[in-house]
Amino acid sequence: MTTDAFEIPNLTLALPEIWMLGVACLVLVVDLFSGDRDHTPAYWVAQLGLLSAALITVQAQWGLDVTTFDGNYVADAMAVVLKVTVLLLTFLAFAYSRDYLRERGMLRGEFYLLSLFSTLGMMVIISAHSLLVLYLGVELMSLSLYALVAMRRGSPAASEAAMKYFVLGALASGMLLYGMSMLYGATGSLDLAAITDVAAAESRLLLVFGLVFTVVGVAFKFGAVPFHMWVPDVYQGAPTAVTLFIATASKVAAVGLFIRLIGEGLEPLHGDWQNMVLLLAVASILIGNTVALVQTNIKRMLAYSTFNHIGFIFLGFVAGSAEGYGASMFYAVTYSFTVAAAFGVIMLLSRQGFEAENLEDFKGLNERSPLFALVMLLLMVSLTGIPGTVGFYAKWLVIRSVVDAGVMWAAVFAVIGAVVGAFYYLRVVRLCYFDQPEAEGGPQPSGSGGFRFVLAANGLSVLLLGLFPGALVAVCMAAFG
Amino acid sequence: MLAEYVPILLFIIVGLGLGAVLIVAGFILGPRRPDEEKLSPYECGFEAFEDSRMRFDVRYYLVALLFIIFDLEIAFLFPWAIVLDEVGLFGVAAMGLFLVILLIGFLYEWKKGALEWE
Amino acid sequence: MIELSEFLVLGAILFSLGMAGIFLNRKNAIVLLMSIELILLAVNFNFIAFSTFMGDLAGQVFVFFILTVAAAESAIGLAILVTLFRSSDSIDVADLDTMKG
Repeated sequence: MTTDAFEIPNLTLALPEIWMLGVACLVLVVDLFSGDRDHTPAYWVAQLGLLSAALITVQAQWGLDVTTFDGNYVADAMAVVLKVTVLLLTFLAFAYSRDYLRERGMLRGEFYLLSLFSTLGMMVIISAHSLLVLYLGVELMSLSLYALVAMRRGSPAASEAAMKYFVLGALASGMLLYGMSMLYGATGSLDLAAITDVAAAESRLLLVFGLVFTVVGVAFKFGAVPFHMWVPDVYQGAPTAVTLFIATASKVAAVGLFIRLIGEGLEPLHGDWQNMVLLLAVASILIGNTVALVQTNIKRMLAYSTFNHIGFIFLGFVAGSAEGYGASMFYAVTYSFTVAAAFGVIMLLSRQGFEAENLEDFKGLNERSPLFALVMLLLMVSLTGIPGTVGFYAKWLVIRSVVDAGVMWAAVFAVIGAVVGAFYYLRVVRLCYFDQPEAEGGPQPSGSGGFRFVLAANGLSVLLLGLFPGALVAVCMAAFG
Repeated sequence: MLAEYVPILLFIIVGLGLGAVLIVAGFILGPRRPDEEKLSPYECGFEAFEDSRMRFDVRYYLVALLFIIFDLEIAFLFPWAIVLDEVGLFGVAAMGLFLVILLIGFLYEWKKGALEWE
Repeated sequence: MIELSEFLVLGAILFSLGMAGIFLNRKNAIVLLMSIELILLAVNFNFIAFSTFMGDLAGQVFVFFILTVAAAESAIGLAILVTLFRSSDSIDVADLDTMKG
């Protein structure tokens, strides 16, 4: 932002974001004037918009590595992979949650609207190349998510979860901003490329000070231990449809946030942040596993086990190498698709006035629905990281990058963490296959044909990724050249 | 330079002094015979209906929320207006787009009935 | 002439006050919103100080955006507060403990 002549930016590069903004506004107007009680027009416009945005992203940005908007916006391979993932996850969230929300009287146009704006915020984060754009993306994502959590009006749990999420989220933004102001003061620029240059040239106290605050802010947004207090409450209190969205898409966006701001932007300070990230990773794996073991609510169990996976994602960052970032990205992408399907099964079993969120509700699922018991088996085995599943490849890539970085003890710790994880994931499998259902028979799968089809396809994709992981691994690694 | 402020200082002193003198004079000279009617809160000739520290209607919050958002967006117009010559047609188009997005928000607000009091 | 470090110290004090307000406050949720606002204003203060002393306008542009986002943030915060009050008839921070585990 200098006083040079004003330059018109290359708008076609930013077409995915422009398109998404258009889609979101269109959904708003369509929903406002359609008067359809099921919000069908808004639903279809949103879904088509998301799929077309994914195509446009690949078309407009694949194979590039350029910045525009005066260096504020970057289009590169990493942006394409993460954006397409976020868009597809939003698509899945919409497909799974339609019946669920309708039965609870929460099917409003605002659900689509806020989710779309949140998705737009995530895309902005992923393509941001200056502190300002990064901040705006984070806020657009977070503000929409706060409102989504509070969507179940009249429920004290949802309001309480929203309040906690809001306060801690705003605190995280404050930390992040404070760190950013220090980075700006130390380097004299908001542009991440300029910050990298200055940081490489000189080492100053102010810079490290800013770094600490930014790492804490990002860890808050991730929900990494010890900045995790909000995660279990939000997962439990929010409607499952929203939990699904927060647990998957926002994590993928957070990976983008970390790599853009700390991984690439503060790359010269790698020696300073390596140990902080390592600490976050180890604490997350430790706490996540310990507490997940004793949960009886499956949404809370998934929340605590999220820490385990966040720990793995952070372990990939530790190396600070292209392989490490690629491994983290692969982990985040595959994990989020797996968990999306797991929440899909929860919503499939829920019906009006009943939430299938206790582990007992999964007893004897095999007798009621062999197909979705099989899907659940596949997901849990993959989350555990049994060899032959996609979860195994993800964990293996991360651990290999940690070993390459020379932090052997963390690698050993991660393996132990994965073994402990087997206890609570495989418990769900045991409940589905070997336990008898409760006296009244347990919840039956509900949901329309489309929902079941998409869910089965999601499960199948997890299976296929486990059998043929090569292509996605190659894409993730290529993203960091 | 400070000397230029002397008249203002004088003005303040005279103002404060005159005010103080009048209050003190009223306090000393005025007759004071308080009774219950005189001391009770005055509300247009009849008894006060309720405590003056009442809860605000929650709808005021809504109005305030809507106001604060639209109010601050307008703050972007001022710097834009100053550099209008330099940013040219592109700048005008960009601001037009910004206002269109704002208009969509306004449309939403209107259609949802947020502007109706009842 | 006032030094840059003095501005930064004031910013840090405001920031810490906001933090303390969030963590020590055990009564009213509105105070939480005020504390968050204080944190954002501390950041604004930092940005303006840096921007002035470096003669670079970008920091002040950032402040503009922070102000706008802060308005949206407090709007959402107040809206959540209203739903909280409607559903549980209280905005005491101490009452925000129904979920445990």
